[in-house]
Amino acid sequence: MKDHYDIAIIGTGPAGMAAATVASAHGADVLIVDEQPEVGGQIYRGITRQSIKDRTILGDDYYKGQNLAGAFAASNVDHVSGATVWQVSPEREIGISKDGAAHLLTADQVIIATGAQERPFPIPGWTLPGVMTAGSAQILLKSSGITFSNAVFVGTGPLLYLIAYQYLKAGVPIRAILDTTPKSNRLKALPHLPGALSHLGSIMKGWKWIKALKSSGTLFIEGIDDLKITGKNSTEAIEYLVQNKWHRIETSNVFLHQGVVPNVNLAMASGCVYHWNEQKLCWHASTDEWGSSNVPGISIAGDGGGIGGAIAAEYQGRITAYQALYTTNKIKKQERDINVLPTRHALAHEMRIRPFLDAMFRPAVQFRIPTDDATMVCRCEEVTAGKIRASVSLGCAGPNQLKSFTRCGMGPCQGRFCSLSVSELIAEARNISVNELEQLRLRPPVKPLMLAELANLSTFASEDT
Amino acid sequence: MHEIEMNPSPKVSIKFDGQTLQANEGETVAAALLRQTHLAFRTTAVTGTSRGPFCMMGICFDCLVEIDGVPNKQACMTYVENGMRVKRQLGAGDTGVFLSDEEDTQ
Amino acid sequence: MSPAYDAIVVGGGLVGSALAFGLQREGLSTLILDEGDIAFRATRGNFGLVWVQSKGIDFSPYAHWTWESAETWAGLSNLISEITGIDVGYQRPGGAEICVDDKEFAAKRQKMEKLQSHSPHVKFEMLDQKSMAELLPGLSPDVAGGCYFSGDGHANPLNLLRGLHQSFKSMGGVINSDAPVNDIVSQGSSFTAKTKKGEFHSARVILAAGLGTQNLANKVGMDIPVHPDRGQILVTERLKPFLTMPLSKIRQTIEGSVQIGDSHEDAGLDVGMSTPILNKMAIRAVQMFPHLGNARIVRAWSALRIMTPDGYPIYEQSEQHPGAFAAVCHSGVTLAAAHALQVPKYIKEGTLPTSLAPLRTNRFKKEMAHA
Repeated sequence: MKDHYDIAIIGTGPAGMAAATVASAHGADVLIVDEQPEVGGQIYRGITRQSIKDRTILGDDYYKGQNLAGAFAASNVDHVSGATVWQVSPEREIGISKDGAAHLLTADQVIIATGAQERPFPIPGWTLPGVMTAGSAQILLKSSGITFSNAVFVGTGPLLYLIAYQYLKAGVPIRAILDTTPKSNRLKALPHLPGALSHLGSIMKGWKWIKALKSSGTLFIEGIDDLKITGKNSTEAIEYLVQNKWHRIETSNVFLHQGVVPNVNLAMASGCVYHWNEQKLCWHASTDEWGSSNVPGISIAGDGGGIGGAIAAEYQGRITAYQALYTTNKIKKQERDINVLPTRHALAHEMRIRPFLDAMFRPAVQFRIPTDDATMVCRCEEVTAGKIRASVSLGCAGPNQLKSFTRCGMGPCQGRFCSLSVSELIAEARNISVNELEQLRLRPPVKPLMLAELANLSTFASEDT
Repeated sequence: MHEIEMNPSPKVSIKFDGQTLQANEGETVAAALLRQTHLAFRTTAVTGTSRGPFCMMGICFDCLVEIDGVPNKQACMTYVENGMRVKRQLGAGDTGVFLSDEEDTQ
Repeated sequence: MSPAYDAIVVGGGLVGSALAFGLQREGLSTLILDEGDIAFRATRGNFGLVWVQSKGIDFSPYAHWTWESAETWAGLSNLISEITGIDVGYQRPGGAEICVDDKEFAAKRQKMEKLQSHSPHVKFEMLDQKSMAELLPGLSPDVAGGCYFSGDGHANPLNLLRGLHQSFKSMGGVINSDAPVNDIVSQGSSFTAKTKKGEFHSARVILAAGLGTQNLANKVGMDIPVHPDRGQILVTERLKPFLTMPLSKIRQTIEGSVQIGDSHEDAGLDVGMSTPILNKMAIRAVQMFPHLGNARIVRAWSALRIMTPDGYPIYEQSEQHPGAFAAVCHSGVTLAAAHALQVPKYIKEGTLPTSLAPLRTNRFKKEMAHA
């Protein structure tokens, strides 16, 4: 690691890898940092190892990541893996922690490519051991070949069906699939179907997964109106409400999923402005066509700015890299524009399916804003929906004041698994839109940092002695 | 647990609450424990209830364990090493100094 | 138009809430007008000390006022608990300031002797490393020692704020949040506070709006000089209890998290780029307690302290518009008891007592005259 780089990229998912490959090919001095020891992000996790013998289990879309990872491996960048970025200041001072030591360095341009996370799914019992995200199921499968027999998959969205389908391909028995997609979504998605028809292949693929799951004999329940997971110290059963009747399935493992949302913490803590997107029900980066944020020199590429999927992320990574190259005088404006043009077209094409997907898999309100006051919203500080509602009635105006009232959002996850629910819950309780609420204010360190690491910070140690 | 056939990888052994278990090199502590169907990794500092891994990607902080004496390490972000000593994280972290009335008596 | 409220308190932070709590308790119908979710809430940056041992070393009226508040704090804590059941986390196990080297130790001793010369109740003890380590397990063998004073304590500022709000409401007080006051107009014996949510009328108006106080004070004939002073705090994950008492720079909360502050509550100006300051704070904390090196920082934040030109609180009543008061300080927790139990009586009576005269704004005019 050097003290300074032309371009620093955070995240080695599709956006980060694409950006790094482009930037280094044009002579920029590039640093790329990621928490994982291997490239790929979550979508292509384990892509350089390919540990699973049977390639049909994960499918062709996954192995597409090989090309990207291959080009990245051949490029000349400083790749720091297994390292946590705990701050990017508005002055582009980057705090990195690796192997118990913290470092500070600077860059002329920073591309934040921190990807997506799964949307919170606050239902009774979602904190019990044995309840995990569907993404977790896939991570365990991709990287360790671990699966759980007789698990129940719950929720909505392409990733849920894909993972269940991968289980099916791998021959792992699934106890049940509880589909929470509201039936009314179909009608609302219909107007967006023509736009999505250019992606007929993808739609057919999704349909194939669902069809295969249904015809496999796996219990596949639709029209779920309410859910609860029960158990004493661990998951014992899931109960679901269909047509006003409760049913119960015994299981030790539940995988939840209702879509992915941008992983915003690092960018927000850097001062990047996000706005509420009512179609996608999450925060979206307020960036320009180059991915540039309001903070000079900081841009956002890929799902961390707004969900577009792996292919779109790759295109966005390229576009932000060309802009960073232009801004750092590595290429001329003309070169930037010529290179970016085809990628822009491809990106526009790729995004055409999104309005359809957003409408089709829009999660039901009762699974975003808990109706039961006893439901945990903040997993870290164990703050329930009821406590949050009570705080609002005591005059708490938004998520920042809520911290003072309840410690909600003050645990180690720093709001990652509660802030969307909290914003929607407070907005509902105050009868205003989420847009009228202040956002949870985030500050570095965005990931916990050992006190010894901060005390031994390399850059400042010399000043003090 | 149902294991999918993987390309062979070297094994390491780690200890979990004193019990020795085998893990694959290159996998996380969380994966190694889940393979042995350990679902609960810790109890919370707030109410003492059981928790286990939830997101497996380093953002939920529910898979915290004590590793080689250092509390509150994310099991899903820490890779196994031969001889690693992993313990359940019971309640708040213990950095080696704490008042005796809170001491674990087990 | 007859006033709808006996008193309007502008500002729902620690100072405003304590005053409003007391006014309502004195039988005055009181309204709190508060800003939205992102006000410069100094409350959030409060370290939570109920602290005596460094207050008013060079200014005895402040030292005495602080002591009065510290001595009545248990009463406030009990009151809130009786009304709401909320435990504000108040404890008075004494407190200490650690001196890492002999130079700091000597300087601290000198300051404390000066404080004791006008405030004999501050019976401090300068302890060497060995005696201090008996009180504080885990203390580094390499520090010089420190100053212990049995009259110091701490509380949870967030619980205090919540407790004040909730007890204020259950006594019949009204809180209107997200209603920043844009203007205050005085008409005869009544005041009108103008907000985006409408106009509110009262017989008295008390400005406790932190950094927003000056602007509003001007509207009712007062000059309340305040400026921001950035303070930074590091917070660790929850740890098993190890600190037996609060220290001037390190405090373990009831929840177990350890707060590390960059300066004393009575510190002067300390504004700077954040990372070097955070680095220095971390170095100092590990210097005092090496085992904290393994603790993880989960939050770091800065909040703007409300500083007056000399760092001491200001209590004022407008001469032009009697009934308009102002209260600002950066010791919202330490002084909470005085604000909740004493000051409201004076506001109800309509006069600030002579004991508070040294804390009024004419002290700044005197300084000007000297210069």
